[in-house]
Amino acid sequence: MVRSSLAVLVIDENRIRASIIEAGLREAGHQQVTVIHDVSGIARRIAEIEPDVIVIDLENPNRDMLENMFQLSRAVKRPIAMFVDRSDQASIEAAVDAGVSAYVVDGLRQERVKPILDMAVSRFNAFSRMARELEEVRGELESRKVIDRAKGILMKSRGLSEEAAYTLLRKTAMNQNRKISDIAQSLVTTAGLLGPAEDE
Amino acid sequence: MSMTAAHQINAGFMPLFDSAVLVAASELGFAAREGIDLTLHRETSWANIRDRIAIGHFDLAHMLGPMPLACNLGLTPLASETIVPFSLGLGGNCVTISNAVWAGMAAHGAEPDLDPARAGAALLALIRERVATGRDPLRFAVTHPHSGHNYELRYWLAACGIDPEREIEIVIVPPPFMADALATGRIDGYCVGEPWNSASVAAGTGHIVTVKAQIWRNSPEKVIGARKAWANENPEALAALLRALHHSARWCQDPANRGELAAVMAQPGFLGLPPAVQMPILTGHLQLGGGAERTIDDFFLPFDKAANFPWKSHALWFYTQMVRWGHVAHTPENLAVARDCYRPDLYRSALRPLGVALPGANSKVEGALKTATPVGATGAGLVLGPDGFFDGQIFDPDEVDTYIAGQKSAEIQG
Repeated sequence: MVRSSLAVLVIDENRIRASIIEAGLREAGHQQVTVIHDVSGIARRIAEIEPDVIVIDLENPNRDMLENMFQLSRAVKRPIAMFVDRSDQASIEAAVDAGVSAYVVDGLRQERVKPILDMAVSRFNAFSRMARELEEVRGELESRKVIDRAKGILMKSRGLSEEAAYTLLRKTAMNQNRKISDIAQSLVTTAGLLGPAEDE
Repeated sequence: MSMTAAHQINAGFMPLFDSAVLVAASELGFAAREGIDLTLHRETSWANIRDRIAIGHFDLAHMLGPMPLACNLGLTPLASETIVPFSLGLGGNCVTISNAVWAGMAAHGAEPDLDPARAGAALLALIRERVATGRDPLRFAVTHPHSGHNYELRYWLAACGIDPEREIEIVIVPPPFMADALATGRIDGYCVGEPWNSASVAAGTGHIVTVKAQIWRNSPEKVIGARKAWANENPEALAALLRALHHSARWCQDPANRGELAAVMAQPGFLGLPPAVQMPILTGHLQLGGGAERTIDDFFLPFDKAANFPWKSHALWFYTQMVRWGHVAHTPENLAVARDCYRPDLYRSALRPLGVALPGANSKVEGALKTATPVGATGAGLVLGPDGFFDGQIFDPDEVDTYIAGQKSAEIQG
C-alpha cells in the first residue's frame, strides 16, 4: 500500500489537542506532520515545510492573518485556500461545530483531504468531550474537599463525630432541596466570615 | 403583556468598541422592547464570523464595511450572500506609529496635529531617506485585507505619493496584538480602531499621526451584515431589529450615557477593558503621544449625521478601492454586485413607522459637503457632513469608471 505523502501542518495553541491530532494523523499513515503552537515567524516555517494541508483551530485569533498570508504568493510558494467541499455542506458544519478548519494547497484533490479533515473533526470533538469530563471530575474533587472542610467545622464547633457531621449536612441538604456540596460551601463561607477560621 | 419574544435572532460580534450599538441593543433592552430575543456570540476572528453566518449559526453580525462586498464578490471561501441594512457608525480609527518612525517624521516636518497631508509628506520624506540608506521598507499592520482600515491607510499613503504596494509592507495583525507588535518592533505602524491606538500612546511606545475622521470625514466603518436568505425569510424580525438598533444608536450617541455605555462594554463578555480606556473614542479627545493632545470633531459617530444609513455610495467607494488594490476586477457584473449589497430600502422601510428623519436618496456624492448641511429628507432635522476627503477629491457614485481610471494613474508616481 502506498503511504500518503501529504505534508500536514497543525496550528493549535492548545498543546494537548495538537498532540492528539498529530497522533491521529500518524496512526492514519501520515508521516510528515508538523505542529506549531505559536504563529510568530510562521511564514518562514510554511516556506520550509511546504504543507499540503494546514489544520487550524477556530479559537485562534490569528486566523485572519493566516488566511491573508495563504493568499499572498510572496509569503507562500503555492497558493493555499480554505478546504470547502461545496457538495458536502454537512462536513463543513461538522468542522465549524467542532471548532476546526482546514486549508489546502491549490489543486489537491478533495478525496485526499477529506479524511484528514474528518480525522481532525473527530479528534477535536473527542478533545472537547475529554475537557468537559475533566471539568466535571475537577468539580467533583472540589465538592469533596469542601464537604470535608464543612465536616471539620461541624466536628469542631459542635463536637460531632465525622459520621454525625456528614449526616447533619445531608439532612440539611435534603430539607432545603439543595446539593450537599452547596450546603457545605455555605457553611465554609459563613465560618470564614464569622471566624476564627477552622484551620487556626 | 406577553413575555415571549416574537423573534429569535443570533448575532456574532468581535470585541471591538464599534460593536457598541449591537451590544447596547441587547444589554439595555432595546431589542427586547421590539419583541426580539437577541443572543450575542463573541468571536475571535472575522473569518469565524463569515463561516458561522454561512452555515447558519448566526443570522447577522457586526462586520467590517467591505466584508459583505467581499463575500458577494466571491473573494472569500464559504461565502453566503450578505446584505447590509444598517451601518454601526462613522469613523473611530487612527494611524499609530512607533517612536522611532515618529522621530524620523518629525525631522521631516511632522507636527503633532493629525493633519494627514503634513504627516504623509513627512512619512514620504522619511521613506525616501530610508531607501537611500538601504534600509528595509516600513511595515504597517491592518486588521483585515477587506477592511476600512486597509483601504483608508492605502488611500492616505497613495494620496501623499507613497506606493503602499511597493514602498511599505502591509501585514495583518489582530487588533488586541497591535500595540504589542509595535512595542516589540515587529511592525512600525498600524491602522486600527480605538482603544488600540491610545493603548500604544499610554504605554509610551507609539504616536497617533492621523485619524480616519481626517482622512475621510464621516466615513463608513462597521456594519450589520445579514445573511440574505435569512433576511428574505424573516422581514419582520429584521425590521424589528433595525428599529431596536436605531434606538440603541441614539442612546449610544448621547453624551449623558457615556459612563453607562463604557461600563457595559467593560464587561468581560464584551470588550473586557476598563471604562477609562473607552473614553477617547466616546469623547473624541485623544492623547497623541509626547504630551500632545487633540479633540477631533466627529471622531466616532454611532448615530449622528445619518451614521446608521447604509449609503450605496459607501459600498461603491469600498468597491473602487478593492479594484484599485487588485482585490477584484472591475466589470459591470461586479459593479452590480457592489451596488446591490447595501440596502437603504430595508433601513427606510423599517424606520418609516417611527417618523424619524430619513435620507431621501440611496447614494450621495462623497466629499461634496464642506460644512454640516441640513438635507431634504422625510421627517425633520437631518444634518449631513462635512464629508470631505483630506486631499479634496470627490467620489461621485454615478461616475465609478472615471474615478477608478483616475485613481490608478494619477497618484502613484515612482
